[in-house]
Amino acid sequence: MSRVLVPCHVKSTVALQVGDMRTSQGRPGVLVVDVTFPNVAPFELQEIMFKNYYTAFLSIRVRQQTPLHTPSKWVTCLRDYCLMPDPHSEEGAQEYVSLFKHQMLCDMTRVLELRLILRQPSPLWLSFTVEELQIYQQGPKSPSLTFPKWLSHPVSNEQPVPRLEGLPDPSRVSSEVQQMWALTEMIRASHSSTRIGRFDVDGCYDLNLLSYT
Amino acid sequence: MLQEESDLSLVIAQIVQKLKGSNLYAQLERQAWACLQRPEIRLESLKEDIKEFFKISGWEKKLQNAVYSELNVYPLPSHPSAPPEHLKEPLVYMRKAQGSWEKRILKSLNSMCTELSIPLARKRPVGEQKELLNKWNEMGTDEPDLSLFRPVYAPKDFLEVLINLRNPNYENGDSLSFRTHLGLIQVPLKVKDIPELKECFVELGLTTGQLGIDDSTQVPPELFENEHVRIGQKVLVQQDSAAAQQYIRQGSPTALRAELWALILNISSQPEDILYYEQLKTNVIQHDLLVDSLIYKDVKLTASNDDYYFVFEDYLYQVLLCFSRDTSVLGHFAYNSASPPKSYIRGKLGLEEYAVFYPPNGVIPFHGFSMYVAPLCFLYHEPYKLYQIFREMYVRFFFRLHSISSHPSGIVSLCLLFETLLQTYLPQLFYHLREIGAQPLRISFKWMVRAFSGYLATDQLLLLWDRILGYNSLEILAVLAAAVFAFRAVNLMEVTSLAAAEAVLADLSTLKVMPLLQIFLFATVT
Repeated sequence: MSRVLVPCHVKSTVALQVGDMRTSQGRPGVLVVDVTFPNVAPFELQEIMFKNYYTAFLSIRVRQQTPLHTPSKWVTCLRDYCLMPDPHSEEGAQEYVSLFKHQMLCDMTRVLELRLILRQPSPLWLSFTVEELQIYQQGPKSPSLTFPKWLSHPVSNEQPVPRLEGLPDPSRVSSEVQQMWALTEMIRASHSSTRIGRFDVDGCYDLNLLSYT
Repeated sequence: MLQEESDLSLVIAQIVQKLKGSNLYAQLERQAWACLQRPEIRLESLKEDIKEFFKISGWEKKLQNAVYSELNVYPLPSHPSAPPEHLKEPLVYMRKAQGSWEKRILKSLNSMCTELSIPLARKRPVGEQKELLNKWNEMGTDEPDLSLFRPVYAPKDFLEVLINLRNPNYENGDSLSFRTHLGLIQVPLKVKDIPELKECFVELGLTTGQLGIDDSTQVPPELFENEHVRIGQKVLVQQDSAAAQQYIRQGSPTALRAELWALILNISSQPEDILYYEQLKTNVIQHDLLVDSLIYKDVKLTASNDDYYFVFEDYLYQVLLCFSRDTSVLGHFAYNSASPPKSYIRGKLGLEEYAVFYPPNGVIPFHGFSMYVAPLCFLYHEPYKLYQIFREMYVRFFFRLHSISSHPSGIVSLCLLFETLLQTYLPQLFYHLREIGAQPLRISFKWMVRAFSGYLATDQLLLLWDRILGYNSLEILAVLAAAVFAFRAVNLMEVTSLAAAEAVLADLSTLKVMPLLQIFLFATVT
């Protein structure tokens, strides 16, 4: 299934914290990231992809276009999706994640805006976020080919040719030959990626010092 | 579900791609062509008939073993957008730490090279080649002057690097708080606790028979041992890798061990493998590498001085020298956080067509490296077989013991697992040792890095390595280290210095591994 990247504008994260942010000691455990799609018509969301950075739980809310001048509301489409099974340890902390439309709670048609709510309850981490956020919509379907009718529905009008004695049935032979041909095509198309095993260059292994790149 | 289906097809595609280049693929092709002569193969159902033939003749089992082996060794493909570095090691700060550590090693090797004025690699003159070929089976009698060589690094240097490993996004405050780790490792990796370990190592439980416990002289063999040996023979006849791996969790009878390990590691010595080993031998004879001197020095310092292993000195050279010429080992760097050192042919600096890896297998040996090979010499006597087994053990397990990664079997996780187990279940001992300046990891690190080789008696070591193969994990090393401390806890509580603690734990050769593990996991009151 092809997919097309939708250009989006990711606003800077907003921390949700109780009390005065400048004087309180603790770090915020909830961040909100708004994603808008300027200059793009409301689309159907196919996939959300990002690289996690120490976010434990993710919720997503979506604002969709509603018909007939009714005000559009925010709907939760993903609730508390777990990215780190243990928020205090490194498991899942820097993984690449894809979320698909079939995992969402509502249908993702006519998306106007997204809001990602990131939660990290553990006080051990200095910061958390999601990086390299990419939104995809469904790509165009491959153009359908129209065959002329006689090609897709052959009509056999003529009488079957009288079978010559001793020869195999032509339709059986042709199906077997087809199978053999398909197998040979498969073998020809496949290739392996084994190394050859030489470590020198044309018999010479006279080296410089080791490189530090 | 859509996601799981596409994950599965990705795994299948990856395994098929891997196996296409293997010997097995060529053999299956040959067999398929040959069986076309057979009367039961019909053209219209060609595919099904050949599949049926493979099933009956045992080739399907070989393919199953190969697929099982791939699943065990290679990590599952991660997200399609993940770059290759992510597969090596997902955490960025660990990749950076591994990179800096490697740079230090390269600098050390380069400075050794320039100080001693010895080239990294040199083509041997024909006379020298002939001499080495004649001496191939007795390289141990050679006494080259190795006094100027020093090992590139020792386990204690590596421990210092791990102690200084820090996650920049982690609260590493100077003041002690609930979040400070009391041990030496300060990174918050996920490690199992005893309930999880009990679940994982369920076959080591009190109600399951074990070799190493239930085959002792006081226990009549009819109770467990005879039946276990019979099942082992059956497994070998069936030639099923997965069954062998399950079977060996209860230990392997000495007579069957060599074959069982070969089956689990999916090693079958074909003529091509013998030829490959001979080719590596030719490479050793043609080119002399600086790394060879490091290997000589290591063998002389460690294995030759060991009461059990000094007889195998010649075998060790034959294996390790060929190992460093083997470019097929480069394949494991796809899932190893380390990277092979690179260099260029003299005069062609920067030109990619003249870029080579040094040594050809990308692995620079450190002090004690030869101890990974030594125990295997008890099991295998043909050099090519010994070589194949060692190479497979290295690219499956041993490489994790000397590279920085977040893998659950990586040395960092093992150290953290050891310290966490000790702190949780022997808090008094842990506190006491810490107070006297004898952090437990400083003593147990060398055991884990060598997978206990050279510290345990050989029969006990082989029982331990049975379980490493059976569970496809090195976590048992950390559990054993904690169990050893638990066993000697009474003596350790009386010591007042690091040196005294080292003395209490200096000699492990009388320990019985399986009772220690069983008591620690299943019989300790928590």
